[in-house]
Amino acid sequence: MTTDLPLVPPASDANDPAPLPVVELIDVHRSYPGTPEVLAVRGVDLRIEPGEYLSIVGPSGSGKSTLLHLLGLLDRPTSGVYRLDGQDVAELGEAARSGLRGRRIGFVFQTFHLIGGRTVLDNVMLSMLYQAVPRAVRKARAVEVLEQVGLSGRQHFLPTKLSGGERQRVAIARALAGRPSLLLADEPTGNLDHQNASGVLDLFDTLHADGLTLAVITHDDQVSRRAERRVRISDGELSPA
Amino acid sequence: MSLSIFDQVDPPAPPTISASRRRKSRIRATDLLDEAVLGIGSRPARLVLTMIGTVVGIGALVATLGLGQTAGGQIAQRFDAVAATRVVLTPAEAPPGAPDDDNGTAELPWDAAERVGRLAGVAAAGTYTEIDIGTDSVSGVQLIDPTNSATFDIPVVAGSPGLLDADVGTLATGRFFDAGHDRRADPVAVLGARAAQKLGISRVDSRPSIFIGDRSYAVIGVIGAVERRDALLDAVIIPNGTAAVRFNLAAPSDVDVRTVLGAAQQVGRQAAIAVAPNQPDSVKVSAPPPPGRLGDAVQQDVNGLFLAFGALALVVGGFGIANVTLLSVMERTPEIGLRRALGAKRRHIAGQFLVESGVIGMIGGLIGAAIGVLTVLAASIGRDWTPVLDLRMAIAAPVAGALIGLLSGAYPAAKAATIEPITALRQGS
Repeated sequence: MTTDLPLVPPASDANDPAPLPVVELIDVHRSYPGTPEVLAVRGVDLRIEPGEYLSIVGPSGSGKSTLLHLLGLLDRPTSGVYRLDGQDVAELGEAARSGLRGRRIGFVFQTFHLIGGRTVLDNVMLSMLYQAVPRAVRKARAVEVLEQVGLSGRQHFLPTKLSGGERQRVAIARALAGRPSLLLADEPTGNLDHQNASGVLDLFDTLHADGLTLAVITHDDQVSRRAERRVRISDGELSPA
Repeated sequence: MSLSIFDQVDPPAPPTISASRRRKSRIRATDLLDEAVLGIGSRPARLVLTMIGTVVGIGALVATLGLGQTAGGQIAQRFDAVAATRVVLTPAEAPPGAPDDDNGTAELPWDAAERVGRLAGVAAAGTYTEIDIGTDSVSGVQLIDPTNSATFDIPVVAGSPGLLDADVGTLATGRFFDAGHDRRADPVAVLGARAAQKLGISRVDSRPSIFIGDRSYAVIGVIGAVERRDALLDAVIIPNGTAAVRFNLAAPSDVDVRTVLGAAQQVGRQAAIAVAPNQPDSVKVSAPPPPGRLGDAVQQDVNGLFLAFGALALVVGGFGIANVTLLSVMERTPEIGLRRALGAKRRHIAGQFLVESGVIGMIGGLIGAAIGVLTVLAASIGRDWTPVLDLRMAIAAPVAGALIGLLSGAYPAAKAATIEPITALRQGS
């Protein structure tokens, strides 16, 4: 199978004059009830353009996890507007949000979240499972993305037999397989040694060069520095870094 | 080639709510089953633990029901071979107004056995009539000195040549009388084994004689055993013709019929007409009950205790599945989070755990049924029985197992569905 196709298709239709931003947050707040009420995210405005490589950096407790959950449709803003690919998603029901999440967001987690006891190929094939994509298509796509991340020879390995860097690349392959609008990475190098970490970041650079939209959330300046654009979150407020 | 793959993946949706509804998450049924089976298969040790209760429960139920059926079948089979082929004809109480003889009962014709013998399904038929010998008695030697009596209280029976065969008798020695003896009213007798013992006769090659009253009869055979009419073993049997001449026997009292297996009911229905075409009501026919009812009666003897044990084991098995599945849900919380992140809806998560526990229950049911069947087989071999198993049980067992699995998995599945993806993803994997 040839793989000279770009991993990511053009994010907008050719006949669309002005490409929509992938993410558009307007005055987004997220508070958690309690005494006192916790304001995790306050008045965030954020645009992520197609093909952009953004890093969101902040110390723990700064609200960056909450922002990640909001961006990944795992949480709802208390107030404000969130448009994903131009679609207002704040008011969508749970089922519709699940659908969008599966199609538009590719998650990469600090702890990889691979399912043990299932092969690398099986893990990558989980992507698109909930879009009712036929098994053969999922498999072909999984084989393809595993080749892109350099793990062709590891298809039938169990995750436990892989190094940390390889596991994270499996997780990245899984996120890419569904051709997401946005790759959302949460401390992607947090569990990796220096060498594996730079391998993953190199892969991100390649993906970015191929036109993928990336948002990497991290506390690590070394990681955030690799991004094309950096924003800093502190006490739930966003500022250019 | 790769282009086609991209074509399969939907292009970005127009930014409308209605479009998003169309694009809600869904999963193919085959994929759901695949995921469940792979999920189970990746933890084989846990699978064994989870289904052990179901295996024991289904196994106990199948074994108990199977052994009950086998034992029931065994008893019925023995009963069939001996009693279910037996039909006995006797004169009926004459209906009011019907022409009858002076003692109020109709008479069977002398050739009743031959008439019945012509019916399809009859293996053998013979008449049996007890003879009133009055003050006469049976003795081994002629009485010379009446004060030194060596007489015995031995009944005398008149029979037709087919009697021995009809009552499944075997001769210890000699022969049974035949139609010729009967026609000529020969003074011959066949002794039952016990009667022969009393009379001191064990062999017939020396042409022994016995006396009934003061008349002698040549003993031509000794009956060793009979399966019916045990009274024959105690009796002296003489041909009908002889009895008619010497004791003025008017008519036979019973016709014993041995049918081929399964023909008893049919012969029973036809025998009366065959014997007395003009007055079928004058013949009373005793045929065995249809085998079905007999089997049912035996079935009810199945040990209730074992059924209760099996049911209890099933309940325990259900709780086992519920427990381990709940544990599994807790343990797999990160996986649940991941699946939600990949677009799974709550009911997809619930569905996966339900199908997993259903499949576990079904496998448990299959293994349990196999163990139950093997138990029945082993017991049957040990006792030399023919194993009898209801085929429906083989189908019902895995279905019952799957139902137990689904029932037990319902709570853990509901629990799994309520897990928030954020919480789930926070737990490392």
